[in-house]
Amino acid sequence: MASSAVTDVLFYAFAALTLLCAVLVVANPFNRNPVTSAMFLVLTIISMSGLFLLLHAFFLAAVQILVYAGAVIVLFLFVIMLLDLKEEQRRRIKFFGAVAGLLSVGLITAIFFKILHHTNLNEHPLPTVEGDTASLGKLLFTQYILPFEVVSILLLVAMIGVIMLSKKDLK
Amino acid sequence: MHVGLEHFLTVSFLLFALGLLGVIIRRNLIVMYMSLELMLNAANLALVSFSRFNDKLDGQVLVFFIITVAAAEVAVGLALIVALYRKRQTAHVEDLNSMKL
Amino acid sequence: MKHELFPWLILFLPLLSATVIALFTLRSKTISSLISIGAVVAGFVLTVLFISANGFHVNAETSKNWLSIGAETSKNWSSTDGITGLQVDFGLKLDALSLMMLLIVTGVGGLIHIYSYAYMDEDDSKARFFAFLSLFTFSMLGIVLSNNFLQMFIFWELVGVSSYLLIGFWYGKPSAGDAAKKAFITNRLGDFGFLLGILTIWGVLGSLNFGELQSIFAAHSATLLSAGVITIAGLLIFCGAVGKSAQFPLHVWLADAMEGPTPVSALIHAATMVAAGVYMLCRVFFLLNADALHVIAYIGGFTALLAALIAVQQNDIKRIIAYSTLSQLGYMVMAVGLNGQTAAMFHLTTHAFFKALLFLAAGSVILGMHHEQDIWHMGNLRKKMPITFITFLIGALALSGIPPFSGFYSKDSIFAQCLEQKNYLLFGVAALVAGLTAFYTFRLFFVVFFGKEKSDHAKHAHESSLVITVPLVVLAVFAAIGGFIGVVNYYGSQFTPDHETLTFVQQLMEPLKTPVPMCIGIAVALIGIFLAFSIYKNADTDPLPAKLGVLSTAMKNRFYFDEIYEATFIRAHDTIAAICGAIDRFLLEGFIIGIIRGGTDLSGRGLRLLQTGNLQTYAFLFVLGVALVLYFVLGK
Repeated sequence: MASSAVTDVLFYAFAALTLLCAVLVVANPFNRNPVTSAMFLVLTIISMSGLFLLLHAFFLAAVQILVYAGAVIVLFLFVIMLLDLKEEQRRRIKFFGAVAGLLSVGLITAIFFKILHHTNLNEHPLPTVEGDTASLGKLLFTQYILPFEVVSILLLVAMIGVIMLSKKDLK
Repeated sequence: MHVGLEHFLTVSFLLFALGLLGVIIRRNLIVMYMSLELMLNAANLALVSFSRFNDKLDGQVLVFFIITVAAAEVAVGLALIVALYRKRQTAHVEDLNSMKL
Repeated sequence: MKHELFPWLILFLPLLSATVIALFTLRSKTISSLISIGAVVAGFVLTVLFISANGFHVNAETSKNWLSIGAETSKNWSSTDGITGLQVDFGLKLDALSLMMLLIVTGVGGLIHIYSYAYMDEDDSKARFFAFLSLFTFSMLGIVLSNNFLQMFIFWELVGVSSYLLIGFWYGKPSAGDAAKKAFITNRLGDFGFLLGILTIWGVLGSLNFGELQSIFAAHSATLLSAGVITIAGLLIFCGAVGKSAQFPLHVWLADAMEGPTPVSALIHAATMVAAGVYMLCRVFFLLNADALHVIAYIGGFTALLAALIAVQQNDIKRIIAYSTLSQLGYMVMAVGLNGQTAAMFHLTTHAFFKALLFLAAGSVILGMHHEQDIWHMGNLRKKMPITFITFLIGALALSGIPPFSGFYSKDSIFAQCLEQKNYLLFGVAALVAGLTAFYTFRLFFVVFFGKEKSDHAKHAHESSLVITVPLVVLAVFAAIGGFIGVVNYYGSQFTPDHETLTFVQQLMEPLKTPVPMCIGIAVALIGIFLAFSIYKNADTDPLPAKLGVLSTAMKNRFYFDEIYEATFIRAHDTIAAICGAIDRFLLEGFIIGIIRGGTDLSGRGLRLLQTGNLQTYAFLFVLGVALVLYFVLGK
């Protein structure tokens, strides 16, 4: 399997990039500006969509880039620009907070990996499912039509809520 | 070694852990939000890989919904932050202590 | 039995009146007093109708089951399998005893109600007064009509409460408030014994119903009456009478209770409430054995003597009559103790007439004298208050036991009872008290109505209105003829089965059957009156203190009973209360509550530290929780 070697390499590359960028989002040792964090979040998301491609989830990879890297990140940046957040750069991460965070996160991760280690993953030898637009769309508009409509209402409600919240004379 | 489900899950777990770490140690509401997004994406990644390796497309549909809900959540959350900032001139959780005695 | 509803109506009309007044008509003096008078007069009319329809000897009970605890079968007194259950009825017992008392309470009470209408006219709280009067009448009727111990005890306490309210009616006066408290607490002491007695009776015999108890006693009289526990029960029940009827050593409240309005003194402290103790003793006479009766007789005799001595040196018109009441109550209790229930109830009835009369007449004098109560500020009132003068004279003659007034007959029956029981000591006491009674009564009489006017008020005294004098006249008529209108027949037939009904003439001549006590009684009374006449005919001040010296001072100060009680019981009680208070304050409140409160406070402060208000801390704790849950659910 020649292509498998290529996908392996690509996987490691994308995974490394994703994790590295995520680290820089969370704790950038050089710069604590939220804008930087947001930029690294974009990178994280883009490299994640690469991972999605490796999993043959083509449609989701596209949506990931469109929705996240496009809309969501723009929203973040917009808000960051709206607020004056230079203040953040002067604040340090507290030692106790960092220790506590590392401790708890370490605990959870340890549990995850323990489970992963003990679980017998009966791997499909040759995954054949393709996450292309046509098959996903078919599923979405047949079996999942009701959740699809509900989610559209959710978006509408969120939109109205945001408009209400952003009015100046919010009591 | 051939890349399998456990590799993707490992990445997903680590990503989730990073997001969680960000929520705990960062004190800026916006960065905390970004960390939350990281955690959501970690879940997405796990779901997509489950979907792929179980030969079922339903997981991807779920991811689609998660992305939608996350978008709505980000919109509302950021609007809240803006409103809060207008009132308190801060987006820093340590300054939001009016609930404290 | 005809008119079965009437007794219930008689009992509950005053309660209804009290409720209506308290809830609706408190604003209007006139309507309130008319409602109250109407209730008691209607009660009197209903009583008369009931008696004329059924006669005195109904011997019936009408009852509703009211309270049952435990098994429904009542316990056989001789069984040893413990207490099985309590069954209490709300019932009315109707026999000659209760019907006569019913007549007294509604009749004399009704006259006093009418009298109060005028007497309390100037008082702003007249409506409240009448509400209390009605409540009292209801309670008293409840005692009279009860067919079991528990019900009687409840009404007994109600009488205590309503007398508390009435004595303290002028609560603005500290002395009235103190007197009310004293009366209530002293009564409570007696009532405690009464309750213990009731519990003893129930524990031993398993029934509280008078009729059932009487049949139990009739069936097992030999074993029961010699039992020590019955003596104890009898004495404990007598404690209740000691409290209510103000016998030594709980006699101290009655004189102070004169702080209440005069109609209250007449109603409560002459005709009804204090009679309740004697009535109760007669009601439960069957369970008093010889030992208990002995104690009762001597306590009665001692109280009679003590009170008569004190009365000789009092100067407050109402207090003199109050001590005379004590003394007469002592007579009644003594008569009960000498197996003379008939004599006791006879004296109770005539006493209700002439003592209510004396109190009301004294009230009339007090009104005429503009609320002056010291007899040494009065004098020569006979011209200015002729009706009061004559009625008071009749009452005084009846109280002193001069024939043919009612007191003569009833007192003579007590004397005769003493001699019949061959108790010459108590007969001597009774004769001495009779002499003293005549003496202090006419001392009061001469000082108030003869001699010179000793103050300005006396010079400007005036006769009271018709609403006051009419009850006086009615009572005076009964005080005069009460001895031979058949009262003794009804009681006699209640207590002695082979009692023969006496004709009018026989009643008139009854004392002649026992000439010795009659002669002695008349002689001591005449001696007493003569002494009073010779000493007080024209006295401006009391010449007795100079002659008697220390004894007079002691009498005047009521033999220092209040002071003795103050120094012993009340002081001891205060000490105990102070110790309890200190324990409460320092040990309970300071130490234990301090620890609990302080502990709560400290842990609260500690726990508050967890509520940092910091989002990160919460997130951290939240993640720890998630980790814990995950560990238990998946990771083990």
